[in-house]
Amino acid sequence: MAILNETVDGEESAGRSGWSRGAALLLRDKRAVVGLIILGLFSGMAIFAPLIAPYDPNAQDFSMMEGLSWTHLLGTDDLGRDLLSRLIFGTQISLFVGVSTVAIALVIGVFLGVVAGYFGGVLDNIIMRYIDVQWAFPNFIIAVYLVAVFGNGLMNVIIAISLAFIDDFARVARSMVLTIKEEQYIDAAKTVGASSWRIMWLHVLPNAAAPLIVVGTVSISYAILAEAGLSFLGLGVNPSTPTWGLILSEGRSFISRAWWIGVFPGLFIMLTVLSINFLGDALRDLLDTRETANIAAR
Amino acid sequence: MTAYLARRVLGAIVVMFVVATLVFFMLRILPGDPIAAMLFDVEDPDAVEFLRTKYGLDQPIYVQYVKWFGHLLTGDLGQSIYGSRQDVTRTILEAFPRTMSLAGLSFLIAMIIAVPAGLISAVRKNSTLDHVVTVVAFLGLSMPDFWFAIILIIAFAANLQWLPAIGYVPIAEGLWPWFSHLILPSIAIGTPFAAIIARMIRSSMLEVLQMDYIRVARSKGLLNTRLILVHAFPNALIPVVTVMGIAIALLMAGTVIVENVFAIKGLGRVLIQGILNRDFPVVQGAILVVSAIFVFANLLVDVLYTVIDPRIRFD
Repeated sequence: MAILNETVDGEESAGRSGWSRGAALLLRDKRAVVGLIILGLFSGMAIFAPLIAPYDPNAQDFSMMEGLSWTHLLGTDDLGRDLLSRLIFGTQISLFVGVSTVAIALVIGVFLGVVAGYFGGVLDNIIMRYIDVQWAFPNFIIAVYLVAVFGNGLMNVIIAISLAFIDDFARVARSMVLTIKEEQYIDAAKTVGASSWRIMWLHVLPNAAAPLIVVGTVSISYAILAEAGLSFLGLGVNPSTPTWGLILSEGRSFISRAWWIGVFPGLFIMLTVLSINFLGDALRDLLDTRETANIAAR
Repeated sequence: MTAYLARRVLGAIVVMFVVATLVFFMLRILPGDPIAAMLFDVEDPDAVEFLRTKYGLDQPIYVQYVKWFGHLLTGDLGQSIYGSRQDVTRTILEAFPRTMSLAGLSFLIAMIIAVPAGLISAVRKNSTLDHVVTVVAFLGLSMPDFWFAIILIIAFAANLQWLPAIGYVPIAEGLWPWFSHLILPSIAIGTPFAAIIARMIRSSMLEVLQMDYIRVARSKGLLNTRLILVHAFPNALIPVVTVMGIAIALLMAGTVIVENVFAIKGLGRVLIQGILNRDFPVVQGAILVVSAIFVFANLLVDVLYTVIDPRIRFD
């Protein structure tokens, strides 16, 4: 945040907010540009899937396991379905799950972290003991445990992945709050009689945004990997929905005869995750949040 | 030091207790009915009643909990309710060495890749080699391990036919059969893990190489290799070890999924098959053992940390 709020000549330059200057700085980073371009392509693919997909993703014909050709650019699967169309529709689920789970995890995690850090005492103890237990396990394993309890399906997968990621956000939010609440402007706000809630959400949270943005961005890539992993294991969304993990899982028995079914879904996953990782890395350097590196490593 | 260790061990026991309790209660508020699963969803009230009594499901939940916990403490994890009705403890004891072999070999492969890669890219910072390592590390981090596993199968098992595609052979049946079955899954798990470790070693080495004592050593005319390996590297490892707990957890998560690609009946496959079969005693047992491995790995890392960093030991 320090960088975003800093101005070159010490004054607010007219017409340009901190955010737009931040965006301009970000675009100077090659990683960010590459990341944003790839991510833009995939987002476009997700939004316009019905328009750009050459076939219905579930339409079958008699051209089973046909290799790459002009009629089927990425070949067909064992049921004669067009692989490219299925992968294009799969983008919708992957990006939707990636973004929505991180949004939910962010809201819950930040709420827990801010409350724990701001009030301290017993509340802090209770919340953090729970977060510590969850912290001992990788997010993916927690998601597997939760799907074991809830059962599969899109909603349950979203809930499971969201809950699995809250500890990351809670920890970052709490540690930021602990530093920020000692600042003078917080004392000032208290003196003029601002309520705890007002201080937490209007004064503390905006100043904790930088590391949360970085963790949030990188978490999207891990959430996408988690969804793909769950689908691959048969614990994901409904089998009739084409998702990248599921396409890969269904195709794995045929890879010796049709390599494309095994190769392309993973390539789509890798490119998406890679673009988000590039973006996250660029953001981390820009916002200078060294602390978050360890969390992102999960 | 002793107080610190005692506190950490106690903490680990508390975590395991919480996990065990959560597992017990969460699996019992499930929507899926294990009895229905046992009867293959055929409706037969008499059979349901018989099985409920047999497995003690007709008793109040706290009675079930106390009984279950008592059994757990004696190492009895109950019986599978799907197929063979095998003891869960036996299933897990069979699975354990497979998972450990796989995790161990993956770790070894990861280190063989990560240590040189991290050192070279730190020492030759901003060289072409450093950039190549960085790009490869990014690819490794972004690649789903189960997909990499499939690619390895396509290349080395299906096409070249150098190595078996699936299964596991115990080490007692010969070193090569054991190794040949584990090498592909280990590479699949170890590569993304190596990417993380290599990046950590790089950034940690870069920091250490800035230190005064390194400059002193350099000005004394110390050989570069000696400087890097003897003076800088051990100190650069300290921050790497602190995050090793997280990294090992990630490695274990990789084994859970990759075991399923290679049909290795380790803990991960036992867990996932259990979930798919709604075989709750198995799921319960697998979750407990997998969790225990994580908790133990974290504990081990904390202990290791005090061993390699004297500043903590004498605190």
